[in-house]
Amino acid sequence: MKIHLKIWRQKDAKAKGKLVDYMLDQVDHHMSFLEMMDTLNEQLILKGEMPVEFDHDCREGICGTCGMMINGQAHGPVPGLTACQLHMREFEDGATIYVEPFRATAFPVKRDLKVDRSAFDRIIQAGGFITANTGQPAEANTLLITHKTAESAFDSAACIGCGACVATCKNSSAALFTSAKISHLAKIPQGEKEAAKRVLKMVSRMDEEGFGHCSNTEACEVECPQGISVLNIARMNWEYTKANLLKD
Amino acid sequence: MELDAKIPAGPLETKWSQYKAQAKLVNPANRKKLPVIVVGTGLAGASAAASLAEQGYPVTSFCFQDSARRAHSVAAQGGVNAAKNYQNDGDSVYRMFYDTLKGGDFRAREANVYRLAECSLNLIDQAVAQGVPFAREYGGYLSNRSFGGVQVSRTFYARGQTGQQLLLGAYQALMRQVSLGKVTLYSRHEMLDLVVVEGKAKGIIARNLDSGIMERFAGEAVVIATGGFGKIYYLSTLAMGCNGSAIWRAHKRGALMACPSWTQIHPTSLPQSGDYQSKLTLMSESLRNDGRIWVPKLPDEQRTANDIPEQERDYYLERRYPSFGNLAPRDISSRAAKERIDAGFGVGAQRNAVYLDFSKAIKEQGKDKIKEKYGNLFSMYKKITADDAYAAPMKISPAAHFSMGGLWVDYELMTTIPGLFAIGEANFADHGANRLGANSLLQACVDGYFILPYTLANYLSGELKKEKITTDHPEFDRIEKEVIAQLAVLCEIKGTKTSDYFHKKLGKLLYDKCGLSRSAQGLTEAIEGIKVLRSEFYKDLIVPGTAGEINSELEKAGRVADYLEIAELMCHDALSREESCGAHFREEYQTTDGEALRDDENYCYVSAWEWKGKDNLPLLHPEHLKFEFIKLSVRSYS
Repeated sequence: MKIHLKIWRQKDAKAKGKLVDYMLDQVDHHMSFLEMMDTLNEQLILKGEMPVEFDHDCREGICGTCGMMINGQAHGPVPGLTACQLHMREFEDGATIYVEPFRATAFPVKRDLKVDRSAFDRIIQAGGFITANTGQPAEANTLLITHKTAESAFDSAACIGCGACVATCKNSSAALFTSAKISHLAKIPQGEKEAAKRVLKMVSRMDEEGFGHCSNTEACEVECPQGISVLNIARMNWEYTKANLLKD
Repeated sequence: MELDAKIPAGPLETKWSQYKAQAKLVNPANRKKLPVIVVGTGLAGASAAASLAEQGYPVTSFCFQDSARRAHSVAAQGGVNAAKNYQNDGDSVYRMFYDTLKGGDFRAREANVYRLAECSLNLIDQAVAQGVPFAREYGGYLSNRSFGGVQVSRTFYARGQTGQQLLLGAYQALMRQVSLGKVTLYSRHEMLDLVVVEGKAKGIIARNLDSGIMERFAGEAVVIATGGFGKIYYLSTLAMGCNGSAIWRAHKRGALMACPSWTQIHPTSLPQSGDYQSKLTLMSESLRNDGRIWVPKLPDEQRTANDIPEQERDYYLERRYPSFGNLAPRDISSRAAKERIDAGFGVGAQRNAVYLDFSKAIKEQGKDKIKEKYGNLFSMYKKITADDAYAAPMKISPAAHFSMGGLWVDYELMTTIPGLFAIGEANFADHGANRLGANSLLQACVDGYFILPYTLANYLSGELKKEKITTDHPEFDRIEKEVIAQLAVLCEIKGTKTSDYFHKKLGKLLYDKCGLSRSAQGLTEAIEGIKVLRSEFYKDLIVPGTAGEINSELEKAGRVADYLEIAELMCHDALSREESCGAHFREEYQTTDGEALRDDENYCYVSAWEWKGKDNLPLLHPEHLKFEFIKLSVRSYS
């Protein structure tokens, strides 16, 4: 199949970027989207041009490294997929595809489609953990957690930290990412003790990093490759209010 | 060089506790004077860095990914083993020790393997304390499932994302130490060389991948936790960035490499569909709990799977290994698949796959139950292949997966360079010639959380009074210049072929000659082929751009340059071992029914290799394995 690509090229954070046209005429519909990008890069290199820099690693949808806007949608048109799991069979022969980086004030572009998502790490550093040192914790089965609670905590914990939620949100809010971790840890007894402190610190760090506020459009949930629910945001708001009210 | 594994004397059950009781300690006030470098932030690296920082050592931690949470431990699906015996089905530390040793075809140390099983108990407690959402029974107790090569249910899991959840636990522990200022984390930094001063590891040279700037870091010990190098086969289950460079550079500075050719080829991956393919996606082994593997009895079968009647299907694992059936260990399952595919019974468009069939399980347990157990794997399968595995069998195929081989380490996880430690998949230690499923997450965690924090102190206590080396030392200068020169060489070739071209060629060569089965003739040809490819690489490689900027192609080129050397060592390793054991299957050494023929009399050793320069053959130092507590037996799963 033939594909017309319009890809965002930008040398570094300070440079002005632009969309550049590329034509590919031998795309196999079994290829993954990133394999199509590999094919393009191979051609660019052999022509003496700089390849398109893009983030990718595991190529099976779990590491959260890849992320790009494909025709204006984070990770492309198919729900529940990361860009690395998207296949060319989803596109028509002759299609024009726009490929751009995840855009947000808190995610500066490093080059082309690569962005700096270290703000996410700093949100976790603010409190996205349980204070438990390595050593001799209590026997695991002395702490009973019902099947339902464990499954619900897992649903929140499944976030891969790709940033699609931020790139999708019109306010560039990191509420879905932050709330997923807050909910995971607040739902289970091990994390409950620090829940109040955690939510206050993580929310405040989220704001400091330059992410916008959540205005409940729920677009993040639609585009999340892991299907993280916006109910996590509701939970975060509830935890936040509770923590503020009970603060001494 | 006489290799001393430093195994403590005494009964198997007390070796580790005796070691811990006698190991030297560093007093809390002195720990902050002993900085430690940890390279890699997967389960091994993150757990080690967090644990050491908790103890009070200033830790500097590195990963090439843009976040520590993305290391490839994240992709492990099925689970983590522990001898908790929660299912009351006869499990014990001893049973787990024996299963692991037998699974590895008796090519690992008894003492190491016993310690792994012993520490498994504590790991589950640790992970639960960190908030890892393991699967639970309705009453709230932890749930288990079974994995290949064992007859008990000892695998703990978090749906099909156990690696992700364990890694996030370790990552969060690491982030906590970063926020406390105890760990300085450098993401997007790749270790490009090891600095050895007066025979001891004292630092690393790392390249900032976002700026291209070369940086120096000094420490009183260096811990390598950079995972496996199975990506050397190009098509593998590994992430694109997984590489062997850190361990290879350490090897060239004097650390021995052990059994580098022992690579696990995983039986249940998705088959290759075209030349453009960049990786093979793994389908968790846990699927073999309920899936049945078969091929048609007729070669070149044209009917679809569902149209082939029961009596015309060959459930070859159940046929050949009745007591373990579809849960035969990985090396055996992969080889059996290859045997059927090579004999012309393969299925799928390229005839390179076998069926993994859930119809019986769905009939017996219902679709909902199967969905609950494996839902994410079935949906992953659908995303990639567009096929519905609830309606027709999956098509699966073997793929390069795990490196049992790696840097040789002693019982303390120290390499042959004092002060250089290797943990997790980067070392050769516990898995012998074949790793059992759900033991990799375990080994990575146990090395990082429970072993290194003790053994490192034993070493560091001796460094306390020594003069501290800083990055101004002339060795840092010299080695940094060497690294810069190496990158310049790659950038200046300006040939006509990309790194991927060479990587794909190398991978194919290696998979054919040093993969699931090996022969003296094939390996000799491979060594020559690799040399030719390497010389072509240095004449005709093209790397766009410069070393002073973001340059993914330069990163790849450096890794492929190392692969071209590692591959040759792998072939020498496989060639020198004239027996079959575990994943190492030499065609010349097999029984009449095609099973591996081990030679305990002549090859009951770990092959540790010394680098003798690029124009010389590597030198073999055998570490003879002594079995004091168990009797070597023929590994039978039939």
